[in-house]
Order: sequence, then C-alpha cells, then structure tokens
Amino acid sequence: MARELKLMKGNEAIAEAAIRAGADAYFGYPITPQSEVIEYLMAEKPHERTGKVVLQAESEVAAINMVYGAAGAGKRVWTSSSSPGISLKQEGISYIAGAELPCVILNVVRGGPGLGTIQPSQADYFQSVKGGGHGDYRLIVLAPSSVQEMADYVVDAFDLAFKYRNPVLILSDGVIGQMMEKVYLIEQRPRLTDEEIKQRYAWATTGKKDGTERRVITSLALKADEMEAHNIHLQKKYAEIEANEVRFEEFQCDDAEYVFVAYGSSARVCQKAVQLARNKGIKAGLLRLITLFPFPKAEIGRLTGQVKGMLAVEMSSGQMIEDVKLAVNGRIKAEHFGRFGGNIPTPDEVLYALETQIIGG
Amino acid sequence: MLAKDIIKPENLVYQKTKLMTDNVLSYCPGCGHGTAHRITMEVLEEMGIGDETIGVAPVGCSVLAYEFMNIDMQQAAHGRAPAVATGIKRCYPEKFVFTYQGDGDLAAIGTAETIHACNRGENITIIFVNNGIYGMTGGQMAPTTLPGMRSSTSPYGRDVNLMGNPLKMTELVAQLPGTSFVSRQAVHTPKHVRKAKKAIRQAFELQKQKKGTTFVEIVSNCNSGWKMTPVQANQWMEENMFPFYPLGDIKVPE
Repeated sequence: MARELKLMKGNEAIAEAAIRAGADAYFGYPITPQSEVIEYLMAEKPHERTGKVVLQAESEVAAINMVYGAAGAGKRVWTSSSSPGISLKQEGISYIAGAELPCVILNVVRGGPGLGTIQPSQADYFQSVKGGGHGDYRLIVLAPSSVQEMADYVVDAFDLAFKYRNPVLILSDGVIGQMMEKVYLIEQRPRLTDEEIKQRYAWATTGKKDGTERRVITSLALKADEMEAHNIHLQKKYAEIEANEVRFEEFQCDDAEYVFVAYGSSARVCQKAVQLARNKGIKAGLLRLITLFPFPKAEIGRLTGQVKGMLAVEMSSGQMIEDVKLAVNGRIKAEHFGRFGGNIPTPDEVLYALETQIIGG
Repeated sequence: MLAKDIIKPENLVYQKTKLMTDNVLSYCPGCGHGTAHRITMEVLEEMGIGDETIGVAPVGCSVLAYEFMNIDMQQAAHGRAPAVATGIKRCYPEKFVFTYQGDGDLAAIGTAETIHACNRGENITIIFVNNGIYGMTGGQMAPTTLPGMRSSTSPYGRDVNLMGNPLKMTELVAQLPGTSFVSRQAVHTPKHVRKAKKAIRQAFELQKQKKGTTFVEIVSNCNSGWKMTPVQANQWMEENMFPFYPLGDIKVPE
C-alpha cells in the first residue's frame, strides 16, 4: 500500500508521525522555533484519534517530569522544546537516564547561549552527546536532516528507547523544524493496551498485584557500592548501544580524497558543496552522521586510510570537531568550519573552507 | 497462660497493614512520618485499592518512602512530584495516584508544580508533611519555618524582614478551583491520627469520584532538627505550629 504523501513543516511531520507511531502521551511547553509541535497535536485532537494524551505543562521542568511519570508507568511518551527549554529539562533527563526510562525528546535547536536567538543552530551538540545534566549518562542522539527524517526518526526513536530503556534525543534545528517538504507517512500503528504494557514491561509501575514484588522507579542508591554497580550497568548498556546502533550515510565517499563530516542542516549544505567541489575537479564526499551518540568512530577511522583530510561543518563554533579529531587520532588533517549564532553556512563558504583550510592549508 | 495460647488470630486487636513493608523505618524516633505513612497505607488497604495505586516519593526525609510503602512507587526529582503524578494519572485515569511531600519539596522548590497541578485539578491526592524545617539536609530553614524560629540557616531565628515570611501553601491551594478537598491535620496523638486518617480517606474517596485535586497537610514535628526531645517537640508544635497552621478542613466539597 502506498504511503500517504503530504507537504508539511518538520515540526508538524514529527507530531503527525508520533501519533501514527502509537505514542501514548506528549507533554510540552511552547518555545520558538518548535511551537508548531504542540499546536499541531492540539489541533489534531489525538485524544479522539488514538487516545493519546496531549498536555501543555506550566514549564519545561514540569513537562519533562510528566514524561518521567508516564514513562515510569510504561507509556510511549515524548516531549519537545528548543535550546533554552532543553536546558531546563536537563535535571529531568538525568533522572530519566538514571532510572532507565524510555522516552523521546526533540530539540529544535536555536542559537545560544542564553536566550540567544530564534534562528537555527547546532550549538547544543555538547549538551546532547556529552551529558547535559549531571552524572555519567548517555542519550541515544538521532540527527534528522529533512522533514521526512523528522517523521521517520521519531518512530525509530521510540523503538530504540524501549529496546534499551534509555531516553532518545532527536537533535534537529530551526531549519528542519520550520521548512516544508514532502513527507511520506506511515500507517497508523495501534497504541499498546494497558494489559499489553503490563505484560511487556514488568518494570513499569502499573499497580502492584497481590503476591508480586512492588516496582520502584528511582535513580537513588545511597550506598556507594550500589551506585557504582548501577553505573557499571549503565556503561555496559552504552557500550552495547555503541556496538549496535551506529548510523550514518555516505555521499560520494567511494573515490573521495576529502570528506565533509556533518549532520542535520549542515549535511544538506555540504551535499551541495560536494557537487560544487566535484564540478571543480576536487574529489569531495560527505559523511553524514545520523547517530551522534553512538558516534561513528570506526567509520571515521576507516576513512582516514583513504582520504587526505576532513572538514567538520557545524552551525557552532566547533563542538563535533572534537569527536572527529579523537576518531581521526592525528592520522590526517581534520578541521572545523562553522557559522553560528543563527547563521547558516552557504555551500560556497563550505567549499572555500575546504580549499583553504584542508587542501591548501 | 503461655504466649502460644495468646497469639491466635481471634485475639488479634491490631496489626500492621500489609501495604507497609517489613523494612525498618529510617526516620528518627518520635518523627511523624512513620505514622503518616502507615495511615496512608491503611486507607489504601481499607479501600482495597493498593493494587491500583501508584505513589510518588519526593526528595527529603521521605525520599525512601518507597522502601516502606508496599505498592508501586516512583521517586521524583526535588519538588517535581505533582508533575510526575500528572504524567501517570493522565495516562491511567482509572488508577489512584498520590504524592507524599515535605515542606521544602512542596512549598519551596516545587511551588510551581504544586500550584499548577492543583489549578488544573489533576485528579490526584497530595499528602504534605509540614514540620517547618529541612530534616534530611540537617535542619535548615524551610519555607514554612515560623517567624523567629531557629534553624541552621536562621541560627538567630527567622527574621521575616531578611528571610521572608512562612508560606501557607494549604490556604493558597484551597483558593484554586481545581481542588475539591483541602485539610490540615496532625498525627502526634491517637485522636489526631484518627482525624488525619479520616481526612486521607476522604481525599482518596474524592479521587475515586474524579473530583479534582485533594490535598491533606499534616503538621508534624522534627525533634532532631528542632533540637528537642520527641515529647518537647510535640508540645512545642502544639504551642507554636498549630496557632500559625490551624488544624481542620479548609475546603470541603459542596
């Protein structure tokens, strides 16, 4: 059966896809440039369509804790925000990671720091992949680069969240959230019944039956040995995620002598820069990251045996470049090029950076 | 008569509710938390809803409430229990959900979550234990610390000009249209325990009828934090806390 085709904003596409993915609940607070998510959900009356709960919370802090509660009871729940709001959610995200609850968080990144700007940015990379909240934890981070991927990745995100009992962050930006593209939508998937949740997720607090052990959702262990054991367990899980879930896409890398490393909107710009470079006889390619954690260390390592240099292109002053350099490990030249504070690099700028910083540098 | 002749089911006059675990309470001797836990669990048992109830524990002395309450529980970040409870209840409107919070959790860091959950009329029960001090962290000033009362962060007594006034959250939430039942009780004498239990029962009965937020404050002691014996603490509570936080129902359903 042909999938339904629509013209939608990224923010609307992810909202529609989440309903179709069988999400049980969304809790959020408006902030530009992602307010269309909750506006779309409210307009769609998902409580009538599928029974999905949609609630505008009093703050991002409250919203992420509503997510904690619903996730702790086994529901497929998500929230969305933009950079300053994601900062507010970090306490809750740390608790969710510590208590090992599945949920999906969308960040439609805008320029910072502080209140920053409402234009797109990728300056939340460190916050997304290096922690963000307190303690040793990791999020699985997916980076869509199109409206279609906003719709596709939210479905994957729920699956990954439940597979690993771990929060999944979809790291988007103001371009992907606001632009309109055609999007193919999946068929509506049924939401799990309360009975199915009870059977599938023994850990979920759905009410303790007589003769069974009570379930407790917590991130607290007062004894250091217990907390260390919990941390070792978490690190094993993250290692398993790193072994199994690395995702990336390569564009004209087969014969490339130089590659751009980029994700999200920057990857779209780099795709054009590859064409411009090839028109000039420069054998350029693009490694587009889909998962930022886990980071495709092995693939970057492999490419260092083939290419002469790498240019990490980000809408930040240089964050992902640190991970690229760790993976390159000094074997070839790797540099950063970025526009930031809400500005987007042009393909010409990116090509010029490749020519001056990598090829001629 | 031998002990074995006495210990028989027909001679039983009192027993611990099976909704309390056998774990040894971590509270100080004389503290009201143990009683407040027990009567809450007794209400759930008497209503036969222990298997349909999810409790939310706070940060503070009762952070480990889930070690003692023998039901499904979630432990919330400091002050966020009403938001966590909202998330559970919205997804499971037929189940019973309650939060159990202290004064720092509910009336300081969680003021916004408390007021907004009550204002939305979330169909949950909030049990608020107010002892006018931060017990867990070692006796610092709480939002409910009385004027002139000493704590480790108001060592010369709470100066309201410098430190602000105590916050009467219970009177505040009673003003909100989302609450249906708001009551203030105590648990330091058998008479008060019976009244407090009755109030908690009413709160859960109203939750069953989907009447909106129900809120029961329990004015309690903290003999460790107050630097008193348990007996002195209860006496001090009656003489100083009760005049400022008068007991009784503040809002009842029409």
